[in-house]
Amino acid sequence: MSPQITPIADTAQDLELAERILAPDGSRRANSRLDPFVADVDAAQLRSLHRDMIILRRIDAEGVALQRQGQLGLWAPCQGQEATQIGTARAIAPQDYVFPSYRETGVIYARGAEPGDYVRMWRGEEGAGHDPETLRVAPLQIIIGAQTLHAVGYALGIRHEGADEVAVTYFGDGATSQGDVNEAMIFASSYQAPVVFVCQNNHWAISEPVALQSQYPIAGRAPGFGIPSLRVDGNDVLACMAAMRWALDHARAGRGPAYIEAVTYRMGPHTTADDPTRYRDEAELESWRRRDPIARLEEYLRAAGELTEEHISETQAAADLVAKEMRAACLGMETRAPMAVFDGVYAEPHTGLDRQRGEYAAYLASFEGAA
Amino acid sequence: MTEVTLGKALGAGLRQAMRDDDKVVLLGEDIGKLGGVFRITDGLLEEFGAARVIDTPLAESGIVGMAVGLAFRGYRPVVEIQFDGFVYPAFDQIVAQVAKLHYRTQGRVKMPITIRIPWAGGIGAAEHHSESPEAYFVHTAGLRVVAVSNPEDAYRSLRQAIASDDPVVFFEPKRLYHHKGDVDLEGSLADAPPMGLARVVRPGTDATLITYGAMVTTALQAADAAEDEGISLEVIDLRSLSPVDYDSVAASVRKTGRVVVAHEASREAGVAAEVIASITERCFEYLESAPLRVTGHDIPYPPAKLEKYHLPDLDRLLDAVDRVLDRPNSLTGADV
Ligand SMILES: Cc1ncc(C[n+]2csc(CCOP(=O)(O)OP(=O)(O)O)c2C)c(N)n1
Repeated sequence: MSPQITPIADTAQDLELAERILAPDGSRRANSRLDPFVADVDAAQLRSLHRDMIILRRIDAEGVALQRQGQLGLWAPCQGQEATQIGTARAIAPQDYVFPSYRETGVIYARGAEPGDYVRMWRGEEGAGHDPETLRVAPLQIIIGAQTLHAVGYALGIRHEGADEVAVTYFGDGATSQGDVNEAMIFASSYQAPVVFVCQNNHWAISEPVALQSQYPIAGRAPGFGIPSLRVDGNDVLACMAAMRWALDHARAGRGPAYIEAVTYRMGPHTTADDPTRYRDEAELESWRRRDPIARLEEYLRAAGELTEEHISETQAAADLVAKEMRAACLGMETRAPMAVFDGVYAEPHTGLDRQRGEYAAYLASFEGAA
Repeated sequence: MTEVTLGKALGAGLRQAMRDDDKVVLLGEDIGKLGGVFRITDGLLEEFGAARVIDTPLAESGIVGMAVGLAFRGYRPVVEIQFDGFVYPAFDQIVAQVAKLHYRTQGRVKMPITIRIPWAGGIGAAEHHSESPEAYFVHTAGLRVVAVSNPEDAYRSLRQAIASDDPVVFFEPKRLYHHKGDVDLEGSLADAPPMGLARVVRPGTDATLITYGAMVTTALQAADAAEDEGISLEVIDLRSLSPVDYDSVAASVRKTGRVVVAHEASREAGVAAEVIASITERCFEYLESAPLRVTGHDIPYPPAKLEKYHLPDLDRLLDAVDRVLDRPNSLTGADV
């Protein structure tokens, strides 16, 4: 059985059309489609998902604080999207390769990013915050949707080699309007590439509501490209993990691409440069506060008698430590010397640039000895 | 040496590159069974199979974007854009992704992608089939830009472009696809002059005529005609537009002191402007007259019946030569 749906809702936002395992009040619901994919997830694993979400929220808050204090040029918060990012990313295997957008702090966290990796790019020290090779995550992508094609190309390579790997790409609801994302789905389908598309439908593309991008549930588009899709409650970490396992299994088994729309909500501003009070109302925000992904899992664990004081204090301490390390890494970053602006433009010598480099070096050298 | 057309030389270059390195894969519209609309990839599908000669859906951004992903995975994709005017949908992927990833990642991700573009006018084509977009790419750091003008160069430069760890936008003058020339098909890349070098196609002493692509042919015709009038023109084929080989250019300018730069592309902020600015920076004191440009007009590429008025021809080149030599010319008597 392939848990494939083609939603038929009237609007792009109908939340009841999303698959879930944990209801907003933390009660567990049977889901014949998703349950088999998380049958092995015990209380200890749930606590570790909870821990990851808490740490991610703390990293995110620290990012906002660092930006407010002038340490970062910009930050793209992901508060509210912890379940989508942690639930899906924790299902990805180490050998898989991820092509994210700028908002996937939780995904690079789950892939093992170092504290400085979260901020290096936003601080303006380097073009990429992390080493793509070690994390097996491409640099965070700012051009909306461009990375989805990269994932498909990468997946085509995987397919040619018959490797046991999958490429995964993340993007937002606004991105689904881009040509590149639609081209990526066509190419993925044409070549049956082992790629998983994860749309984080967080309801807003800066100030544009999702209904402006799509008058139909986004997951409903994928089947039109020949790609099976699932629409899950993105604030339900278990559902996100289950959906991702389904999608990864599907791609790994050689059955081609799979698509997930995780219906979630961006609680904060689009970036630290944004003022969401100009375009969305407090009532909407409030309704999503009641769907908080972390609180939801906590309710479940508490009811099951699995939320120990020890776990809570250990988690809090771990989150504080990561934030502290992140701050220290950020404040301790040393900007490279001026000549570094020329580094890495080309892989091989380029006489035009080499000449400019030489001219600039001579210019800088002219200050030496000048009193 | 074997006499082949420029088109066949390109096909032979692709074949050799694919034999040399199994990470080389081709992507493009109609490049499989059809062999490309210009038949450059003819026979490659049979030899290398559909996993390496990949017919793609009709989406240029998709083609280049997928090549980026393949490069992430260690492949050397060679992309065919069907016609020059269709590269624009892929512009974002080329200038924002292909060109930048090496820099953004401090060299940890390489983009050894070759983007082949059948290029420029003079074949009486339909709209969007005769464009000269090279300046957009020359202006983009992180890309190399090559424009070939003869079969030997096409064969060699294409293999060099594919072997390069940098992305190369590779312009093929479609007007010359059927032109024949001798090619050393056995030659090893190690012995060949590097991709970035300009070439003195014809030595001369009175003025330097600098150009590239199909205009090299026109420039040589102009040099022949000038010789009849007792003028000795040096003709330089830039071959590489990023980087430009200014050492060779400057050596020639120091010898002749007079310069005309010509291209089919329109003038404003074009390659000729850059070349002349660089010449004046480097060897102003050797110049005996102001360098001149002969270019296409600053107009959208005109309808086929009018393109002969747009493309610089022999006479426009010679007129500019007369001007840099202070001989009677179209502006003589005009107040400029
Ligand atoms: C091609 C492109 N156009 C515009 C922008 C400016 N921009 C940055 S984020 C954004 C909204 C993206 O919304 P969505 O895809 O839903 O992702 P989200 O930010 O909500 O995660 C826009 C318009 C951009 N980065 N790239």
